[in-house]
Amino acid sequence: MKSLRSILLPMGASLLAMIIGGILVAALGYNPVTVYGSLISGAFGNGINIGNTITASLPLIIVGLGIAISFQSGLFNIGADGQYWIGATAAVWFGYHFNSLPGWLHMIVCIVVGMVAGALWAGIIPGLTKAYVGSHEVITTMMMSYIGILLARYLIEGGPMQQKGFNPQSPEIVQNTQFPYFTQGLMQSQLSLVAVAIAVVAVIAVWFLLYKTTLGYQLRTVGLNQRAARYAGINVKLFTVVALCLSGLFAGLAGAVQMLGVDHRLLDGFSSNYGYTAIVVSLLARNNPIGVIIAGLFFGALTTGGQNMQMVSNVPAALTDVLTGLIIFFVACERIIPQIIGWYRRRRTLKSTTVAS
Amino acid sequence: MIFSDPEIWAATLSMAVPLALPAIGGTFSERTGVVNIAMEGIMLIGAFFAVTFSYWTGSAWLGLLAALICGGLTAAALAWGAIRVSADQTVLGMGINIFAAGLTTFLLNTLFGFNGTPINTPKLPDISIPGLDKIPYIGVIFQNQSILVYIMVVLVIISHWFLFHTRLGLRMRSVGEHPLAADTLGINVWRIRYFGVILSGLFSALGGAYLSIGVLNGFTPNMTNGRGYIALAAMIFGKWTPLGSFGAALIFGFSTALGIVLQGQGISSNLLQMIPYALTILALAGLVGRAVAPAADGIPYDPRRS
Repeated sequence: MKSLRSILLPMGASLLAMIIGGILVAALGYNPVTVYGSLISGAFGNGINIGNTITASLPLIIVGLGIAISFQSGLFNIGADGQYWIGATAAVWFGYHFNSLPGWLHMIVCIVVGMVAGALWAGIIPGLTKAYVGSHEVITTMMMSYIGILLARYLIEGGPMQQKGFNPQSPEIVQNTQFPYFTQGLMQSQLSLVAVAIAVVAVIAVWFLLYKTTLGYQLRTVGLNQRAARYAGINVKLFTVVALCLSGLFAGLAGAVQMLGVDHRLLDGFSSNYGYTAIVVSLLARNNPIGVIIAGLFFGALTTGGQNMQMVSNVPAALTDVLTGLIIFFVACERIIPQIIGWYRRRRTLKSTTVAS
Repeated sequence: MIFSDPEIWAATLSMAVPLALPAIGGTFSERTGVVNIAMEGIMLIGAFFAVTFSYWTGSAWLGLLAALICGGLTAAALAWGAIRVSADQTVLGMGINIFAAGLTTFLLNTLFGFNGTPINTPKLPDISIPGLDKIPYIGVIFQNQSILVYIMVVLVIISHWFLFHTRLGLRMRSVGEHPLAADTLGINVWRIRYFGVILSGLFSALGGAYLSIGVLNGFTPNMTNGRGYIALAAMIFGKWTPLGSFGAALIFGFSTALGIVLQGQGISSNLLQMIPYALTILALAGLVGRAVAPAADGIPYDPRRS
């Protein structure tokens, strides 16, 4: 029953959002069927589109895993966007330095550095202040996120990572560290098997960590009931820091994977918003690592489909953000469902009692 | 010396408006116990509908009115989810922010095309107060400021007086500190919270409208550029008081103004822009004053359960 509801609710919320979005585009004079048709064909229409959808979903899945860890530990890491960019920045910096390393080792170093950078960005200031002075992690991670993005922007806008003589951007990482693409066959896009493999390993690792290890059990205990965890002898302060570190670690990993797999350099803009969409991914997935894959693919499809929709039916791609916002709102309001059922039951019993008397 | 140049103080005041207004709004919301991180989204809604209606009706004042209505309605949706449904307030706020960014860009492109809002959109007047502009130095600061700058100054004072020296203000604070006690005394907790959240929507929309029809006369996607989050920081740094929020907004506005002035001199504006966020973390960590949120902030209250 509970598992059925955890699948039906996100689907119902998404469906409701799509219906409202459909009414909105219809009110503006478009045909909602063609609009959604171009969205779906843009996401899954051919091999290249499917490849792009998977590519777009990978950072969402990986960041989403980190968010799921923080949610399961009772913490709200809203600053994954900054952790993502700090991880990306660190990976790029190592990506165009240390050229003497052998290719595979260089690649691994970049990924590990990205993970560590993301973990420290979330763990040190938000983690320690939460654990020792009780500063609310929603605010501290958010503030650190902005500081992280400003730092990354500074580095390429006149800072030490700017490539001389170009628009604000960093040098490209060396060829050895770039993930290979599918160069032939059905999936000719920026999809790379290495990135997919990393995401799959990350999903399995998080699932194993949360459900099959003592650490995961303790993290979830802290998330469910801090006082009980403290009585059980769990060091809540330590686990607060660990949970935020782990959460940032996956955001940093996503940044590194995206740089090595797709972007290959830091570009001005920093408006991917992966950190925020990943929160939605995790919420929709009920913080379940396996569910994160499905939710991540869904939002990846919305992204790539939205671009196609704008080209084909001239409906702005921003419609997908409208849908995303609505979905979050509806999922957040899930508690209305038992309330509605309660009203309905009370009304029925009220009716039957009046009839009986 | 740049600090003696009144222009930088004029810029500081002008930059503080879109931070102080939503920060005071956030103060009202959080003082009644509802966490509001949706200021950014509500500002965008306010900014967009201010421009749209000011273009359609030909009157910037009607545009401002439309901004307030739309901002109030958005805040009402947040209030309903937070109060009636007891949903997670941070999640709701995030949903509204993404929704607002999407909706305003979507409507901008469908209603006005991909080239942006028309250039002949009316804007609110810039005024100088007679007499005040004769005072040396101070006069320059208040020369040709948007009328919303003066409205903001008045609102800061009224808000502070309202929150700390009126009966309704006391009730708002009591609901945010201890809703059960307030309920026992016969205060309608839900109604007060609706009032606080919708008030925050009005202030945020006013801040957004300042950007689109106060300083400029047009809307660009995501034109608030994170100001709603800096306002959140200003609210915390100002210790959840209107005067404090205004003070923090002035400090943050000054760091932005300084960034623009120093840009030509090799000091990165990106680094200066970190100041508001860093100060807020320090305040929360207790290193610069101590920022303590209202006790019931973010906790839904269900009168039927207690």
